[in-house]
Amino acid sequence: MTRGFRIAFRAAIILIAIVAAVVFASAILWLIGADASRTFYIICIEPLTKMLHISEVLIRAIPLCIIALGISAAYRSGIINIGAEGQMAMGLLAFTGVALAFPDLPRPLLLPLALIASMIGGGIWGYIPGILRAKLNVSELLSTVMLNYIAAQFYSLCLRTIFLDPNERIDGTGNPQSMRFTENVWLDRITGRLHYGIIIAIVLAVLIYVLLWKTTVGFRMRASGSGARAARYAGISVGFYAALSMAISGAFAGLAGGVELAGVHRRAIEGITNNYGFSGVVVALFGGLHPAGIIPASFFFGLMIYGATLAPSKVGVPANIVQVMQGIIIIVIVTAQMVLSNTYFQDRVWRRYQRIMKKEA
Amino acid sequence: MEHITKRFPGVLASDDISISVGEGEVLALVGENGAGKTTLMNILMGLYQSDEGRILINDREVHFRGPEDAFRAGLGMVHQTYMLVHNMTVLENVALGYKNAWKHVRVDLDAVRTRIEEISTRYGLSVNPDAYVWQLSVGEQQRVELVKTLCLGARFLILDEPTSALTPQETDELIALLKNMTKELSIIFISHKLQEVKALSSKVTILRHGKVVFSGNTDDYSSQEIAAKMTGHEIVLPKNRASMPDGEEALGIDGITVMSDMGTKALDNFSLSVRSGEIVGLAGVSGNGQRELAEAINGLRPVESGRIVLLGKEIQNRSAHDVIQAGMGYIPEERNTEGIVPSFSIMENLALKDITTEKFSSHGIVKKDEEEKNAIRLVEGFDIRCPGIATAAGTLSGGNIQKVILAREIDRKPEFLVAVYPTRGLDMGAVEFIHQRLLAIRESGIGILLISEELDEIMNLSDRIAVIYKGSVQKILNRDEATKERLGILMAGVKEE
Repeated sequence: MTRGFRIAFRAAIILIAIVAAVVFASAILWLIGADASRTFYIICIEPLTKMLHISEVLIRAIPLCIIALGISAAYRSGIINIGAEGQMAMGLLAFTGVALAFPDLPRPLLLPLALIASMIGGGIWGYIPGILRAKLNVSELLSTVMLNYIAAQFYSLCLRTIFLDPNERIDGTGNPQSMRFTENVWLDRITGRLHYGIIIAIVLAVLIYVLLWKTTVGFRMRASGSGARAARYAGISVGFYAALSMAISGAFAGLAGGVELAGVHRRAIEGITNNYGFSGVVVALFGGLHPAGIIPASFFFGLMIYGATLAPSKVGVPANIVQVMQGIIIIVIVTAQMVLSNTYFQDRVWRRYQRIMKKEA
Repeated sequence: MEHITKRFPGVLASDDISISVGEGEVLALVGENGAGKTTLMNILMGLYQSDEGRILINDREVHFRGPEDAFRAGLGMVHQTYMLVHNMTVLENVALGYKNAWKHVRVDLDAVRTRIEEISTRYGLSVNPDAYVWQLSVGEQQRVELVKTLCLGARFLILDEPTSALTPQETDELIALLKNMTKELSIIFISHKLQEVKALSSKVTILRHGKVVFSGNTDDYSSQEIAAKMTGHEIVLPKNRASMPDGEEALGIDGITVMSDMGTKALDNFSLSVRSGEIVGLAGVSGNGQRELAEAINGLRPVESGRIVLLGKEIQNRSAHDVIQAGMGYIPEERNTEGIVPSFSIMENLALKDITTEKFSSHGIVKKDEEEKNAIRLVEGFDIRCPGIATAAGTLSGGNIQKVILAREIDRKPEFLVAVYPTRGLDMGAVEFIHQRLLAIRESGIGILLISEELDEIMNLSDRIAVIYKGSVQKILNRDEATKERLGILMAGVKEE
């Protein structure tokens, strides 16, 4: 196979994928009678034209990135964590609890304390399905989803009871929310609403890389994930690493919640988790379960999420339709990735190409 | 097949190979692991496409774009690992490929049943169509594969190492069956067991490094001659001729009872003792408790009662980690799933058991250069043939995977070694290598428990031979008391007076 052919093959597949995504998405837009090219512009290009927009994309990418990093650690250890939504909610609660309990502690103390609390909250919520799987072989798919429900309701309950803003009782906006946190738990902002959580996300990406590929703990986690039987025979306690990886994964999701509170909302409200826990699974897989892939993948998903919020006001396309389009784009990209990594297919195309060339010669 | 050439990245898997098989003939395709036998057959079945060369059937050139085309031309292949759906019945498994019985959305299971009965009476292959595949022994599963292939109308059978997972008895049955089939079929069978080649084939072709190095009529050559041509040098399997060791007891197993996965007693009051510097061979038909014994010794299976003592330390019901720390080396039965992590590199697999020791890490950080140095040294010392130490271990041939495991276990300097079917499915060259290494470990004063069903292997290597039957030791013989016949009778469960 020549080098030229390989490049042409890749380029062709990517081109076909883009065309396919545009055609499908345009068809849907045409059905609802919207201006397709303008919609594409608003969703894909417009968010990158202004610093304000870019910072909005980034603040959505931060929690996605942190959660996806945790999920990749669990996935590499052989556990599929789809409970990040609940773990994040528990992180929010723990952070809120600390922030409201010690409002007057100085910031260098209170902010780390609250962030650590959010990690512990999420970590415990992740450790539960991990230990259930390790000791009793309970499917983590089942337990994490169930724990999501519990966490969501518990969060809702706390927001309406112990964390409810006293002023809310008096003037009552109707939205249950906590009191605004004191500045001592705020993460500073860089520009617009973009906060220093972005640094935290990048540091965590490096940490996960070091953990998985440079340490003995990571070595054993990966061994448990890719060959549980062989790992057990080599004296590795597979169950322990399953539980540990889930605790790490949960702690990351919890921290994502803490960062979100400290950087963006600065008070607990409904809807902060915003399906980040589920999108995080897609981001993790999309990024190839590797930090170097997860960072760009989370930016891409942040772009999509933000694009969906712009579309209704700018071109009158409902956000739901944008989500449908995003679904299509993701499926097309994933398909293209699979095709590109299928060397047999490439081989077949190469043979056919040769046959055609021979005939012409 | 004429002038078949196939290149894979970095390897020439088939280099200008030509073979031919006549009607009713049996061609044995022999060669070491990684010689390119399976690749060649995959090309014939349309699973791979050759880069050069052509395939002729009855003098007509054919192009197979996939296995479906090959089926249609009357070719059928039974793969080394069986392609059966475990939680379906035999009938359903056959129906999966038997398109004649597909009526739009419905499958005519009765037609399939008739077809199975027809095939099994014609070739003497008895199968129970209503049994679930998971209920069947390996030998029975293979019969199902044969029936499945024949039901599709194969006139030409390709068998890829058909006996590698079978017990000696099952092997004999299979050979008798295949002999009977040659009245109607042509067969290519891949093997490196020379007795079978002699017993079954009319022609033999030897591959080495992707090239045909020899072709001829089987009857004109002795097993030794074929073996020599296969490896390129004379093979003489080493024998243990040393005098009886008189070391201290290294491993003592004292009346242990262990449960199988089904909840029945796999080992019942089992006792055995191995001295330092002694090889005790445990002979027996597989499934008599060997797997459970190895797992119980290595801390992978609970012991209900009794004691296991390694060099004075009780190790029963300790964790696998503790047993390894106590100095146990282990070559497990399933080399691909228990011995190595397939997606890990050779380098990582060689450090699998010791990553937390000072040799490979400090303060929890892996010393990558130590890992590399170790791998380079062992790859050389154990003649592991691989593209590089970063290659995923799962992509190596069986013999090379076994060398990776052996290298790791020996280099850890164990105090004792449990080796379970260490040469199963390996070619003569690899067997020779592994036997030499095992004897060398014995010389260095380490006790070995060798679990095997190859009687030649056991008789060549052991100082004493114990026969296991239904979870207890039937009899223990000294090396010079054992004959194949005597062991065979004991393995079948007949008590000696």
